[in-house]
Amino acid sequence: MYRFMVLSRALDERMWIIQRQGKVPFVITAHGQEAAQVGAAMALRPGQDVIVPYYRDMALMLTLGMTPRELMLNVFSRAEDPNGGGRQMPAHFSLPRLRVLTGSSPVGTQIPHAAGAALASRLRGEDSVTFCSFGEGATSTGDFHEGVNFAAVLKLPVIFFCENNQYAISVPVRRQMAVESAAQRAAGYGIEGRSVDGQDPVPVYLAVSEAAERARAGRGPTLIEVRTYRFVPHTSDDDDRTYRTRSEVEEFRQKDPIPLMRRRLEEAGLWDEQREKALRDEVAAIVDDAADYAERAPRPDPASVMRHVYAD
Amino acid sequence: MAVKRMIEAIREALDEEMARDPRVIVLGEDVGVKGGVFVATRGLLEKYGQDRVIDTPLSESGIVGVAVGAAMNGLRPVAEIQFADFIHPAMDQIINEAARIRYRSNGAWGCPLVVRTPYGAGIRGGLYHSQSVEAFFAHVPGLKVVIPSTPADAKGLLKAAIRDEDPVIFLEPKRGYRLIQGEVPEGDFVVPIGPARVAKEGSHLTAVAYGMMLHLTMEAAAEVQQEGISVEVIDLRTLAPLDRTALVESVKKTGRALIVYEDNLTMGMGAEAAAVLAEEALYHLDAPVRRLALPDIPATPFAGVLEDAVLPNAERIAQAMRELARA
Repeated sequence: MYRFMVLSRALDERMWIIQRQGKVPFVITAHGQEAAQVGAAMALRPGQDVIVPYYRDMALMLTLGMTPRELMLNVFSRAEDPNGGGRQMPAHFSLPRLRVLTGSSPVGTQIPHAAGAALASRLRGEDSVTFCSFGEGATSTGDFHEGVNFAAVLKLPVIFFCENNQYAISVPVRRQMAVESAAQRAAGYGIEGRSVDGQDPVPVYLAVSEAAERARAGRGPTLIEVRTYRFVPHTSDDDDRTYRTRSEVEEFRQKDPIPLMRRRLEEAGLWDEQREKALRDEVAAIVDDAADYAERAPRPDPASVMRHVYAD
Repeated sequence: MAVKRMIEAIREALDEEMARDPRVIVLGEDVGVKGGVFVATRGLLEKYGQDRVIDTPLSESGIVGVAVGAAMNGLRPVAEIQFADFIHPAMDQIINEAARIRYRSNGAWGCPLVVRTPYGAGIRGGLYHSQSVEAFFAHVPGLKVVIPSTPADAKGLLKAAIRDEDPVIFLEPKRGYRLIQGEVPEGDFVVPIGPARVAKEGSHLTAVAYGMMLHLTMEAAAEVQQEGISVEVIDLRTLAPLDRTALVESVKKTGRALIVYEDNLTMGMGAEAAAVLAEEALYHLDAPVRRLALPDIPATPFAGVLEDAVLPNAERIAQAMRELARA
């Protein structure tokens, strides 16, 4: 878990640098939400469970098996980017080999897709669970209600995973919902709801594992809220200084999941300075390789722009 | 061949496709126990069970969104929206999701689903049970838009839509569900999506129509025939992708074109057909292209006299044909 969290953060930081260098127009990353995403991914079965992510799920994708090179190809919009070959914005993930369904930008639209994917899996007799993530802003949409309600009524094997990072761009969570926790909404659909600490991957892992068991046992969907925080602006186009104070960000920085996890490992005697250095060196090499590879990779062929409107 | 009503042909197509392919499911409000408000799905629940014929919660975006997810994960969903007038909450799922999935994933994912919905006026349905929505969808690359005008086409085109690898919006002229009857081939009869049909050959002018308007146009063509005006009638059948060749070839022969549709006049199929003819057949035209459509009002009003005042009918179409023939 710790390795994926560190690797994700390092890739993430490099992506922001690349953007600020003017090499790519746009990035949107998982910065601060690594524990929640890595914890969830560890409880899933890559290639077997259906994944319906949203645009902040880089650490989730990395842990499930999207390679650092693939993530960088995505940021550079290269032809080889498996997510869209340069057609789709960065972080709009899509990867058939990991059963990651393609997603869009309007929030919440993927939630009914997850219900439909789970319906298909059940009808085909597959032993798979559909995992669907979204931010807390998405819980205000009609598609959240329609998708969760549909899955609840049909008792579909879905895990609805709300990454509550406190802000939908600039709108704070208290302006998003009048309830304390997104998980409270579960009661309104007659399903299980859980709210867990998203700065620690372990309770997230446990909650997702339990939800997966429940889904496989035919007991229907679960709505999990993970309480987390994003330390960076919404995207590289956003300036979060207009809507939140630096002291607030600093306060949450004290709960940065990566140092917290490291401390915990050290206290358990599982980690030390030497191991940390080895990991950091390994991660630096992976990030260098991924960034160099993606930067040198060919751009999409303009002649291909009319392809894939319809099946060939 | 047996003579059937359009609604029966649609049911037959659904039944045969569900029997042929276990991936085909039907979902929507009322489609199960009731068999649909127009009974298009009657009997399917008993035959295929509630796993494949799904009465959903009342949620148009949810119905289409679920169908999108199911389609990406290996099924062939046929989603029903009870009336086209209620499809707007699902527009985002249709336009932003279904239509874009293949393109945005660089061909990695497809979205083979059908959205069936009754559309159109002439049933005294008023504003919210009469709308023509085809132009909204025909504007969107990635979608196919199909409108049958005969029971045979309804069966054949629906079967083609279900087998298509891409999302198809299948608009059913609801006034014709019981009114329109015709011979329907038994068994596996498929009409390809795309090609238009020459419903009647003629030499003086081309009339282009689809859905219920096709029948009124045929009626009008028969009337003016007695006055010596020979009308070639083109049934578009597929609005997107549009059969440009059929339009152009017919106008090369006749030199005149009238486009009849019950959607609002502005930026409807008439605008597109006229633009195609301007681009590709201008020097074959002997008169300006003419459109006959619903005026630009927010759908047809409820009172019969008001609906009759705006909806194209055979008499108005015949008059437009006479004027165009003389132009």
